[in-house]
Amino acid sequence: MAVPILYNVRSLRQRPVSTLATALGMALVVAVFIAVMALASGFSAALARTGSRDNAIVLRQGADSELASGLDRDAAQIISAMPFVARGADGRPLVSPEVYVIINLDRPGGGTANVVARGVSAQAFEVRKGVRVVEGRTFRSGAPEILIGRSIASRFGSTAVGDKLRFANRDWTVVGHFEAGGSSFESEIWGENEQFMPAFRGEVFQSVTFRMQDPAALKGLEQTLEKDPRLRVDVEREYDFYANQSTLLTQILEFFAVFVTSIMAVGAVAGAVNTMYAAVANRAPEIAVLRTLGFRPAAIVGSFLLESVAIALAGGIIGCLLALPINGITTSTTNWSSFSEVAFPFRVTPDLLAAGLAFALLMGLVGGFFPALRAARMPIVQALRQA
Amino acid sequence: MALVEVRGLTKTYQRDAQVIPVLENLDLDIEKGEFMALMGPSGSGKSTLLNLLAGLDHPTSGSIRVEGQEVSGMSSRQLATWRSRHVGFIFQRYNLLPVLTAFQNVELPLLLTSLSKKERRDHVHTSLNVVGLADRVDHYPRQLSGGQEQRVGIARAIVSDPTLILADEPTGDLDAVAGDEILTLLERLNSEFGKTIVMVTHDPRAADRSHRIMHLEKGVLTR
Repeated sequence: MAVPILYNVRSLRQRPVSTLATALGMALVVAVFIAVMALASGFSAALARTGSRDNAIVLRQGADSELASGLDRDAAQIISAMPFVARGADGRPLVSPEVYVIINLDRPGGGTANVVARGVSAQAFEVRKGVRVVEGRTFRSGAPEILIGRSIASRFGSTAVGDKLRFANRDWTVVGHFEAGGSSFESEIWGENEQFMPAFRGEVFQSVTFRMQDPAALKGLEQTLEKDPRLRVDVEREYDFYANQSTLLTQILEFFAVFVTSIMAVGAVAGAVNTMYAAVANRAPEIAVLRTLGFRPAAIVGSFLLESVAIALAGGIIGCLLALPINGITTSTTNWSSFSEVAFPFRVTPDLLAAGLAFALLMGLVGGFFPALRAARMPIVQALRQA
Repeated sequence: MALVEVRGLTKTYQRDAQVIPVLENLDLDIEKGEFMALMGPSGSGKSTLLNLLAGLDHPTSGSIRVEGQEVSGMSSRQLATWRSRHVGFIFQRYNLLPVLTAFQNVELPLLLTSLSKKERRDHVHTSLNVVGLADRVDHYPRQLSGGQEQRVGIARAIVSDPTLILADEPTGDLDAVAGDEILTLLERLNSEFGKTIVMVTHDPRAADRSHRIMHLEKGVLTR
């Protein structure tokens, strides 16, 4: 039979300062853990949302990013004419041969950052279903006009509708802002590919993205394109292409979350061990009385573990509450695959909160184990003498 | 057959290389319904004997049988169960859990039984009635006088109706009046409820209230 929980709860209240200090130590660990994991989760979600499972992206053979790729007009034409490319209501293929360059923009607070400028075809908005102009209008064909992604609109100067932004030795008029479902496209500047091409790298596209007529038939069209002697290309599902870009940084962030919080956890667990050893020492006579009455060592272990876990749980909940307000706050990092800035919101998901609580419980169990064991193993007669 | 039979009981403690004998080859019978006092100077082994009778410690050699059951050979686990059924222990310093009310303190031993919540409540109220604290059920130990605390301690010791009540200097921390009340209560438990009581005491007046006084001198029983 277990020692009544009431005994633990009230005993905790007898020493509010050490209980609270221990709980806060754990709360901090949990909050940092959730925050870093939310960063990784937000970044990974932004890139995963970027690609569509219905689209395929074509790059030059061996190129692992758009930056390293190059496809000439003929290649773009050949791909557009393929039968597996879906067609729009007007009968034109849903293809966007794209120019992809990194430009340097000034931050309002000083310093500069790399931003992706993407030259797209008129069909790009149909190929990418989630892209929508939310302010102003889209660029006109043949005009030096650009659209600014919603995430970066507020982060750089000269990005308001009507402003002129200077890059590639030209002035570009900002005619609108667009959103793209929280994806990394929202961290890009879009203009017409035919305008960007001469301004940047000359007669070359970096990628061709098209809507597949049958998304399940990727394997077949991959083979057709990769074996076509006129082309030397690699094909990938657009979703996978962007998701893979996030893998490395996400893994590093997750490693960082586990590594840093593990070190912090050692400190927090040491605090818990200390608190619980003190509790066991102070309550030695009480433990001895419980044992005299016939409570078994296992019940004593359970009782003190429960106490430690209760402290940890309180810490975990406080930690979750501390971390919760960062949900949705936009931050930015460099996408290591494109060396450009990606803005995205922290994502504090229910899973992350659960993981944070589980982490706290683990700390409580580890921190309470040895003190609980000491409590149970205490010789009754000696402990009674301390009364 | 006596309720408690102690035969050849020896207890030694080891301090570094030195072996310190506490009890030596001790024989003792305690009859059912007896109220016995154990006296002797400090360090004579009174409390050690009481702890061995309570199953709180293991003897170095010898045997203790209670109701014909051999106690000295039990494991710690078996002893825990045995104590919960057969022993009511009264401490010198009452040893109530400070965070629990009088009711909750007295209820503790019953949590180890299969009694229902209602049965437990009835038992606790009966015990607190016997010790005259029916009106103090929701008081915490710090809200009670020393004498009242000890009466809660006694209620806790009798609530599970144990075979044996062991009291270690039950009046040691009390003034004369409160001490007298406790002794009267123990006498009543013995005469009215037939409880078998072994009481360790320094106080000859306390010992006089018992039926039989045993003296321990350097680990050996004398009458």
